[in-house]
Amino acid sequence: MIIPEFEYVSPQSVQEACALLVQYGDSARVLAGGSDLLVKMKDGLMKPAYLVSLKNLDSLKAIRYETGTGVIIGARATHNEVMNNRLLQEKYRSVCEAAHSMAADQIRNIGTVGGNLVNAVPSADLPPILIALDARARIVGSSGERTIALEDFFLGPGKTVLEKGEILAAIIIPDQPTTGSNYIKFGLRRAGALAVAGVASSVTVSDGTCRDVRVVLGAVAPTPMRARQAENVLRGKKISRELIDETGRIAAAESKPISDIRGSIEYRRNLVNVLTRRSLKAAIEKGHI
Amino acid sequence: MGTAIKKGKLHVVTLTVNGEEHAVLVKANTTLLDLLREEFDYTGTKKGCELGDCGACTVLMDDRPVNSCLVLAVEADGHSFTTIEGVEQGGKLDRLQEEFINQAAVQCGYCSPGMILSGKALLMRNPHPTEREVREAIGGNLCRCTGYVRIVKAILAAAEANS
Repeated sequence: MIIPEFEYVSPQSVQEACALLVQYGDSARVLAGGSDLLVKMKDGLMKPAYLVSLKNLDSLKAIRYETGTGVIIGARATHNEVMNNRLLQEKYRSVCEAAHSMAADQIRNIGTVGGNLVNAVPSADLPPILIALDARARIVGSSGERTIALEDFFLGPGKTVLEKGEILAAIIIPDQPTTGSNYIKFGLRRAGALAVAGVASSVTVSDGTCRDVRVVLGAVAPTPMRARQAENVLRGKKISRELIDETGRIAAAESKPISDIRGSIEYRRNLVNVLTRRSLKAAIEKGHI
Repeated sequence: MGTAIKKGKLHVVTLTVNGEEHAVLVKANTTLLDLLREEFDYTGTKKGCELGDCGACTVLMDDRPVNSCLVLAVEADGHSFTTIEGVEQGGKLDRLQEEFINQAAVQCGYCSPGMILSGKALLMRNPHPTEREVREAIGGNLCRCTGYVRIVKAILAAAEANS
């Protein structure tokens, strides 16, 4: 299996990388871990003339806390680095668990958070939990930097808001009153399986009342989607089993799945119903974010 | 396109393989898998699906398992690798390799190098894994003949020998 020839460049700074991406335009792709990109190139689905490698940009790799900003996850952090990161384990263990649910050890040592997001595959495992935690995307371009809600980052399968010359630099999880969060994925195997459906939720609970909630669905719409109608069922209410059941039903109804090799529309809707209930229960009971 | 694209240009890569440092010239589209097999003759690194699904090409990169089919040789610069040929020490098989033999965990043998390296990486970071942890560690390595029972047993037996 041959990777079509290309020119490899490894800039020394983010600015240089952005400048190269502007210069090369559509003929260039960013190389982070390569676990998606190289497969697409081998399959002949992509034939970039240039690969701009982020290998030397260690500034994009750190996972750290910044007072007033929150937890910053560098886009080049690998899934295993996320999974094993102490700061994330303490503050947002659900993100570590979502990273753990992906692929297998070999891929988790290569694949990056940024790659998982920029590829914009509808079944990606990190977007639902990150959106549930109100994450922001820090985007760097040749003319400066912008930060947007991760929820607004995805436009469709394989499509994001990234403009020519822009790089996803980091994901920011802001400080929040959230009391619990959770991501549940249903795959056909425990390892190396894409999500047939995935549901992430975050809740802010006090005195048995759901003060705030986010429910985010993966693999059941062209992009990760907030189940806003379902959230409205629960938000502000006293939590009860009946209400959670109703939230699951509404989430299933507002999901927009397709039938494909991994599951039918009906099956996926049913999964959304079940997984939403389970995810919410876990977020409410588990007591970690 | 107006600009000339310098395809086929060679890049200098410095890497350590099985304890030996090498400086080699590679083309941008050469995978680490092909570099290991064709340049260094470490053909114990098997070529399977070439898409990161089967794990036959598993090598350790800085002690962590990776699919060498999905790492560009040029990106291997500055890293240290262990292939199956680097697991034995001084002509003596590693305990894990011995246990693969003792437990008859090998049938056709194609997955064995990757299985052993994934098992080795697990035992290096977690000397006493549970069966569940062993199964998870080899989750990215497919065996199409024996099933996984004896492979799991072999890794657990090697862990037992650690204590």
